[in-house]
Amino acid sequence: MRILTCVKRVPAPGAKIVVTADGQSIDTNMLGFAVSPHEECAAEEAIQQIEQHGGSSTVMTLGPGEAEEQLRTVISVGINEAVLLTTDGSDWDPMATARALTAAIQEIEASDGPFDMIFFGNESADSGGYQVGIRVARALGRPMVTGIKGVDVADGKVTARRDTPTGSEVYELPLPAVLGIKEGINLPRYPTLKGRLGAKKVEIKVMDAAHQESGQSMVTLAAPPSQETPTEILGHGADAAPAVVDVLEEIGAL
Amino acid sequence: MSTLYFVDHDRGEITETVLEGLTAARAIDSAVAAVTVGAAGDGLADKLFEYGAAAVHQIHHDELTDYAPAAWSDAVSELATSVGATAVIGVGTDRGSEVMAHVAAAMDLPLVANCIDIDASNDIWEMTRVRWGGSLHERARLEASVKLVTIAPHSAEATPVGASGTVTEFVPTLGDGAAVTRIVDRVTTEEGITLATAPVVVSGGRGVGSAEAFAPLEELAELLGGAVGCSRVVTNSGWKNHKYQVGQTGTVIAPDVYIACGISGAIQHWVGMMASKNVIAINTDPLAPMVTKAEYAVIADLHEVVPAIAAEILRRRG
Repeated sequence: MRILTCVKRVPAPGAKIVVTADGQSIDTNMLGFAVSPHEECAAEEAIQQIEQHGGSSTVMTLGPGEAEEQLRTVISVGINEAVLLTTDGSDWDPMATARALTAAIQEIEASDGPFDMIFFGNESADSGGYQVGIRVARALGRPMVTGIKGVDVADGKVTARRDTPTGSEVYELPLPAVLGIKEGINLPRYPTLKGRLGAKKVEIKVMDAAHQESGQSMVTLAAPPSQETPTEILGHGADAAPAVVDVLEEIGAL
Repeated sequence: MSTLYFVDHDRGEITETVLEGLTAARAIDSAVAAVTVGAAGDGLADKLFEYGAAAVHQIHHDELTDYAPAAWSDAVSELATSVGATAVIGVGTDRGSEVMAHVAAAMDLPLVANCIDIDASNDIWEMTRVRWGGSLHERARLEASVKLVTIAPHSAEATPVGASGTVTEFVPTLGDGAAVTRIVDRVTTEEGITLATAPVVVSGGRGVGSAEAFAPLEELAELLGGAVGCSRVVTNSGWKNHKYQVGQTGTVIAPDVYIACGISGAIQHWVGMMASKNVIAINTDPLAPMVTKAEYAVIADLHEVVPAIAAEILRRRG
């Protein structure tokens, strides 16, 4: 089995995001970067599926040259090959991103054969467009389901599970298929020292990506208006319990 | 302007979030037509009129039974083309986001996701959309023959207006194999109150300390008729299943009361519960972001105060 996982380099979750003075980008000076959380789980899932069924796994990203760091991170935990589609680091809209990924996947599949499964993260942590994977799947003519928290491959089919508020719903897709993976499907492993050292030696395939304009464009970025709420301190220690229950009564929660 | 609003329903059931999206769509176009896919959605027409739809399109086809992402989307795209829609609006739920992305891919048009404010008065739309789950706002511009957008959940309050209108049936052609991917099974694990819709959520973070230490939080949630939630640290530590996780990469909620126990309030958690009507923070650190942003706070060890709150509720109830 061959599995491709598409990941995005994003500022590490939890970092304080500061917009530059011109409102055109975020200030990256003080930021560390990581693989977007859903995609970190997607890469882990690819590794586990290959461990179970055999085969090879590839990771692909579209981003600046620095995204090599994220590719090596996922190689260090067990992904076999990596492809970097280089951009100038500017923010590509979802249509442009999907077109470039599709073209690269088609080129790789033409020489190396088709991927049985392609994993995306459910949505990127930073821009959150909720669409790149679906656009790629449709362009390749393959079925796709998003929000996936369980993957089971057997008999040329993949059974995929998605959480609902009351449980889960189950989908069956014929292979080759594309899945949007969600955090919670697994707990991603940490790289070992051996994994880290090995990852340094893996050659990354670099491909050019062509940007095409779509009708969507970013005008400015801004921090949301701050919600200034005065905090009422109800007390200290267990003695505060009656005051908490008073508040719960007042707001009708009892 | 001819605007369609895609109604995310599960076997004829809709959530408040879907009505919020309809309220937002009506603010863009008061003549908005709601679209339900499959006969199971037919019973929603009255509710959709009540919340502002000026017309309802019911899409029927033998293949359109239970939810099937590509088939539902193809049906919506066909309807949009057939009625000459100039905009299709959805809501940023799992299915709303998914169907709108398929529609955008099928029509080869841009889709601007999770908008909180849309200026549709000119041919080129301008909107504010959320990034990082809501901790960053993007002003965006959309130029397209058919405008495709989703509304960010919890960005508008569902408001009944009591409109009325006509119901029309639409039967799409649907290509072969459109419904190749559909729900084949369901597993129900939760009965009663769920995290997504609970009026009260008692949520625990790193300060809880272990899986076992969630028991008092669960007791308090039960007393309040609520649900238990947690932060990302808790799921990463294996103390709770990810389905309880509140936040950008978990569940985004808007309860009446959110009781945050031992949660520092990192931004990716905050965006998952910032739409809560009241926040009560319980934390030993008076400077924790959750404490400074909450309406109410108790500076205490949650292990002492949570059982005390439960005991006080029981005492008052006699």
